[in-house]
Amino acid sequence: MPTILILTFVIAFLILFSGGFLRSKFYKYIGIIPLALFIIFCAELTTIHWGSDIYIPFKWIPFLGIDLNLKLDGLSLLFALLITGIGTLVFIYASNYLKKHPYLNRFYGYMTLFMGAMLGVVLSDNLISLFVFWELTSISSFFLIGFNNEEEASRKSALNALGITALGGFFMLGGFILIYNITGTFSIRELIKLSDVIQQNALFPLVLVLIFLGAFTKSAQFPFHSWLPGAMKAPTPVSAYLHSATMVKAGIYLLARMTPVLSDGLWWNYTLMIVGGITMFYAAFHSVFRTDMKSILAYSTISALGIIVFLLGIGNEYAYYAAVTFILVHALYKAALFLTAGIVDHAVHTRDITQISGLKNVMPLVFYAALVAALSSAGVPLMFGFISKDLIYEATLHLPQWAMWITGIAVLTNIFLACAGFMVGIKPFMGKFPEKFQNIHKPDIKLWLPVVILSSLTLLFGLFPVLADKGVLEFAFNKINQASSNIHLKIWHGFNEVLLLSTITILLGFALFFIKRYEGKSLYFIEKFNKIAPQKIIDNLAEATRKFAFYYTRLFHNGYLRNYLITIILFLTLLVGYRLFTTTPIEVNTKDLSGFRFYELTIFVLILIAIFFTIMTKSRLTAIVSMGIVGYCICLIYVFYGAPDLAMTQFAIDTLTVVLFVLVLYKLPPFLGYKSVTVKIRDTIVSAAFGGLMMLIALQALVSPYTKETSKFYADNVYSLAKGKNVVNVILVDFRGFDTMIEGIVLSIAALGVYSLLKYKSTNAETE
Amino acid sequence: MQKQNKPKEPNPKTDMIILKTATNYLIPLLLMFSVFILLRGHYLSGGGFVGGLIASIAFILHSLAHSTEETLKFFKFPPKTLIPTGISISVLSGFLPVLFGKPFLTVLWIKTPIAIIGSVGTALFFDLGVFLIVIGVTLTIIFTIQEHV
Repeated sequence: MPTILILTFVIAFLILFSGGFLRSKFYKYIGIIPLALFIIFCAELTTIHWGSDIYIPFKWIPFLGIDLNLKLDGLSLLFALLITGIGTLVFIYASNYLKKHPYLNRFYGYMTLFMGAMLGVVLSDNLISLFVFWELTSISSFFLIGFNNEEEASRKSALNALGITALGGFFMLGGFILIYNITGTFSIRELIKLSDVIQQNALFPLVLVLIFLGAFTKSAQFPFHSWLPGAMKAPTPVSAYLHSATMVKAGIYLLARMTPVLSDGLWWNYTLMIVGGITMFYAAFHSVFRTDMKSILAYSTISALGIIVFLLGIGNEYAYYAAVTFILVHALYKAALFLTAGIVDHAVHTRDITQISGLKNVMPLVFYAALVAALSSAGVPLMFGFISKDLIYEATLHLPQWAMWITGIAVLTNIFLACAGFMVGIKPFMGKFPEKFQNIHKPDIKLWLPVVILSSLTLLFGLFPVLADKGVLEFAFNKINQASSNIHLKIWHGFNEVLLLSTITILLGFALFFIKRYEGKSLYFIEKFNKIAPQKIIDNLAEATRKFAFYYTRLFHNGYLRNYLITIILFLTLLVGYRLFTTTPIEVNTKDLSGFRFYELTIFVLILIAIFFTIMTKSRLTAIVSMGIVGYCICLIYVFYGAPDLAMTQFAIDTLTVVLFVLVLYKLPPFLGYKSVTVKIRDTIVSAAFGGLMMLIALQALVSPYTKETSKFYADNVYSLAKGKNVVNVILVDFRGFDTMIEGIVLSIAALGVYSLLKYKSTNAETE
Repeated sequence: MQKQNKPKEPNPKTDMIILKTATNYLIPLLLMFSVFILLRGHYLSGGGFVGGLIASIAFILHSLAHSTEETLKFFKFPPKTLIPTGISISVLSGFLPVLFGKPFLTVLWIKTPIAIIGSVGTALFFDLGVFLIVIGVTLTIIFTIQEHV
């Protein structure tokens, strides 16, 4: 399994960097990649069926407790099948939808990258590797939302989505680290056994808040939902795949996965119920006022995510069963509706439902598929959605308190959702076929086949729910509940209040659909609320941050190198000085110091002379060369005191610094010696203070007791563990190789910065 | 101080002829030396970082004596491509042990030493990556500044 995961990433990067090398012919067959993965995961169904989980340990950074352990149980498998299955259909769909797009390689590269990352999220047993994959999904989503990078709205939405989800991810990382501090493990398997330890810890509420922030931002829960409608700027296949069927469910997955660990019956459950409840109602209400098909679907997706969060919060067996069932139901019908919206958009170049009608005559197959999806979303009997809706009502009715009220909210939400489903799945196909659409082309088989497959599955599972139930849902449920139960999916529950509620939902949903008038007006109504909408608040926050950054930068980065230097040195002097004088008694032991040797004295005098020249000269070149001499002298000191590596590096760096200075010499303003006395005094004080402090620290270091443990460890182990004799180099490439790697990347960023800044300036100058 | 003005009418053939001739011989020497420094790093003073700096100095010396364009002729691809190459080599050398089921960045060694180079391990490739990153970064920065000043 690790090989498969790594291979997915390798393929993703190969596609990404292939450029125009792979012709679009190749992309016709690209669906093979997710299909192969889907088949592999399907093969695992039997293993799960015999009740055993697959667990593959894989060491990564073992001494930090970070591993790449993969495990595959019912819950993971449910998501893995969704990711690869819907992935296959979307890949096939997109190969026609984006046919002849110049950047198909980027599209499929990011899509494959996303698929790998998402599989990583659901397969990881280690919280840190889960976090890494989690962030990767955010990043690939960023690229896909901004896929049409020439549109400003597209770029803005991408940034907005990345900002919100990455911020949540950041908090979530904090939550994971807190969990590690409490329990000493990142492994989810072990955490389940330790759930009491976490829940009794004083920091438990903080852990909850942090993890909720991560999950709620990712799964677009109120008030962080605003990025999801914006994400609809992405090409429709992306919306269908990332922003309805899979990525937004990552938060749901995390909540479901952590339910056995963190569910305490109080904070966890009530928070989820309140947030999920608000989200599902708020978004469902919003969805019926939209007229853009994708916008309707976006809001109904948020609402559906809210329902799942809400169900996880209710936390009884019915609710968990409803949650896993609804995950599958929703993925099937919502992906189908999204793909339908894409087909309509592709054919008539608009997604406004007030404009479109009568498409049934042109694309009957798509119509029937969309109809099935819409009916499933409304929960009409014999559709898969009916079963999940029943379970939802069962769950709310089994609540110990306020059951009626909460059921009422659920019913209202579902009425709105049903109406939203009809608006996308039925409205565009009904009515008179307008003249202006006469010469539209019929959808290609690659476009309609995925929709038909999805809807057939909805029908199949609706008629034979036992397939889905025994296939995977039961095992996913067992993982959340940590125990099996005797609830099973049934078509018929008998005449009871659940059936009554279902009937009311469907009838009122239809009624609302027919009563509602389809004009632009409803949009204005809902836009009145935008002033207090969370999106506005986030925008304002971002604007305020920008302004603050601007003033802050103006204050500290005023473009004068000398001011930077003075600020840095003063700050350092004060901070270090404060620490030195307040914490340790200053002792200076001059007796044990060895006397000057003549060559040390020579260097000392050389440095003094060089510094004198640097300060007094009127020529910048002389100053630079004198500074170079100071640098070389320091290298010599390193040589005398047995640090040849340091000396070598310093020699090279000093040479380069002088070269750099000489290069920019012409560009610098005329050299000004010290003119004003106050400046002289100020600089003298600052440099004297800093020099004095450094001297004090050096002397203090001599008398402070210190252990040689670290250096002894390296000296002892350098040959036995790393087969090297040069300790400095071995530390760099082996013991602390990771640091070196990151430093290399930092250097590269610096180089890119210089490069782009200078290039940017020069191209600007050319255009002027 | 007349340094601020460029000399009039530079003659490309005779200006700095000693430096130009010298750099032609120095470049291969310095480059070999930098590789030598890189290779000896594991046992004696040296390593990828210093080696990279020395190699960059060799090129910069050449560019000062001749011109940036002349120096860039040594490169089939611009120096900035060395940066991703270097990072990739380092990262891949770290991932190699993963394929053998060991943690990321564990150093693997070939048992028998190879002539001249000595014992070879993934650490050497890691260092080679650092070497290339340093060359790429230094040359990118300095050449960009040279071009735009």
